[in-house]
Amino acid sequence: MALTLYEKIFNRHVVREDNDTYLIYIDRHLVHEVTSPQAFEGLRMADRKIWRTNSILAVPDHNVPTTDREKGILDPISKIQIDTLDDNCKKNKLMQFQMDDVRQGIVHVIGPEQGSTLPGMTIVCGDSHTSTHGAFGALAVGIGTSEVEHVLATQCLILKKFKTMLINVNGTLGDHVSAKDIALHVIGQIGTAGGTGHAIEFAGSAIKNLSMEGRMTLCNMAIEAGSRAGLIGVDNKTIDYLKSKPFAPAGENWKKAVTDWKNLVSDKDAQFDKKIEIDASSIEPQVTWGTSPEMVCSINDKIPDPLQEKSLSNQKGYQGALEYMGLKQGTSIKDIQLDKIFIGSCTNSRIEDLRKAADIVKTKKVATNIKLALVVPGSGLVKNQAEEEGLDKIFINAGFEWRDPGCSMCLAMNADRLEPHERCASTSNRNFEGRQGQGGRTHLVSPEMAAAAAIHGKFVDVREAS
Amino acid sequence: MLPINKHQGIVIPLDRANVDTDAIIPKQFLKSIKKSGFGPNLFDEWRYLDHGEPGINPENRELNPDFILNKQNYREGTILLARENFGCGSSREHAPWALLDYGIRIILAPSFADIFYGNCFKNGILPIQISDELTDLFFKKALSETGLNLTIDLESQLILDDDDEYGFKVDEFKKHCLLKGLDDIGLTLEYGQDIKDFEKLYYNQYPWLTK
Repeated sequence: MALTLYEKIFNRHVVREDNDTYLIYIDRHLVHEVTSPQAFEGLRMADRKIWRTNSILAVPDHNVPTTDREKGILDPISKIQIDTLDDNCKKNKLMQFQMDDVRQGIVHVIGPEQGSTLPGMTIVCGDSHTSTHGAFGALAVGIGTSEVEHVLATQCLILKKFKTMLINVNGTLGDHVSAKDIALHVIGQIGTAGGTGHAIEFAGSAIKNLSMEGRMTLCNMAIEAGSRAGLIGVDNKTIDYLKSKPFAPAGENWKKAVTDWKNLVSDKDAQFDKKIEIDASSIEPQVTWGTSPEMVCSINDKIPDPLQEKSLSNQKGYQGALEYMGLKQGTSIKDIQLDKIFIGSCTNSRIEDLRKAADIVKTKKVATNIKLALVVPGSGLVKNQAEEEGLDKIFINAGFEWRDPGCSMCLAMNADRLEPHERCASTSNRNFEGRQGQGGRTHLVSPEMAAAAAIHGKFVDVREAS
Repeated sequence: MLPINKHQGIVIPLDRANVDTDAIIPKQFLKSIKKSGFGPNLFDEWRYLDHGEPGINPENRELNPDFILNKQNYREGTILLARENFGCGSSREHAPWALLDYGIRIILAPSFADIFYGNCFKNGILPIQISDELTDLFFKKALSETGLNLTIDLESQLILDDDDEYGFKVDEFKKHCLLKGLDDIGLTLEYGQDIKDFEKLYYNQYPWLTK
């Protein structure tokens, strides 16, 4: 029988089945400081042991400061959470990249970077953006803390089968149009609940042409379309990316693995529950204007009229969003003035993202109305690589701040945040109310669009500005 | 976990779609390493007019009188009614912890985000998917002067109001756990030998994953 990639991975992890409820074996468990303390505490209270300690890779990322790390963590509550992770890792002898380790970074950046994410794996993390790892032909899902505890104790997750959705993106992306624009465009098309209950596979020539970094950006945002898992079939790019990574197999095992991985694509006649076709050449640089990632349009568009929405609930939602965002229908996106710029997050903080942004910024200056422009690399290794290439200098000379790795202003759990009514062009993944700071106004864009916006102090079409 | 069998309570009509978990419990409260104490900060940015931080006594804060939870008729409510895609966004289980800590045991909405939906069942909250028509009807009743008082019967999968009763669907396994207040880790560990047997075959077939 022809199988989808999702079914192939799912099937090889079934420990047992009972009435369409499956016990699924988990290969990799990524752990960070925010969603794990209660899980470790639960284990302790029930006197349960961790089933397989070497499946775990832990890293603090959500709370960590991005400046003056030598001073330690000044926020005492954040410090307790990070110390708790340290303590749990030490007691249980778990692999952790602590804050002073060059390998520390955002959990969804360091997993692939270390080769800890491999094709065919089931990967979980107490974080919805775990979908990122699906870019490697892995089944990667975000879980809650109870499930973190369940996986720690049993190495398994209780799952129902997801439905499957195929999003075919064919054709050629325009210059300066990136994976982020595909992601936002797709969400604009299917909505933030469009993928609910489904695993989304991205395929087609435009996906084949994306780098691994681009594929991670796209799968990262599958959750913003409501899908717990995004997936992309394995090809030579996947294999080349993983070769010689610290946690990747070597020698004879590498050969065996590669032979297996090459089969991790959907079969030609595989059946999907839903199929969507997208023409890559029609995608323009995207900008969100509201408080949900589905409230998105192209750079050359105007803010839509809420009354054009069919459902009353959507009309209300759109009106509320415009009110929160301090925007009016009919305003050109290009007329929106900005206060802050954030280049970073598990969506867009990898080396390719920084190279593309730097290329736009080169020899230019951040506009005077921009109060703060931040570049937060996804990991210590990304940061080092960027510095070797001189990207840090480009950003710093232009007026950006060059920070240490972490989640930073994507969710503002550390000191990096928006003040009320501040407006930000952000390469992150969520424009929810208050996400980047109470009262803050977030517009999601690609790294190149954020870079161009920094230079001009407002949104511009990066294709014309570069 | 707190079991649910029959639950009767006042419905709080939160007339919004795409309520995300950032709104349910804002990030500054995720720094806690406990599961309890989140109730006072449920919907913090909508519920209070001032900015909330961990450690601030909620009694000294300024309530937003326009927010539904703060209105007199709904203050004792334990059933939350909302629009589609409730609980989208972050996987934070702090969201159901906050709802439960506040006293919410049932959530009614036309659709839920997957991760949040699963998280509810692990914490003694029953999310019930209802049709768009029933959602509209319940909003109308809940927003009326008399309000809406519902009884939810999980065992027989029924929602009862004064006029009528409505069936709902729920996964059998999840229902079983919620009725008994069962911890599913204990249940899975009963299959410990199956997991060990699986591992033996699995690592034989995929030896590169043993590292």
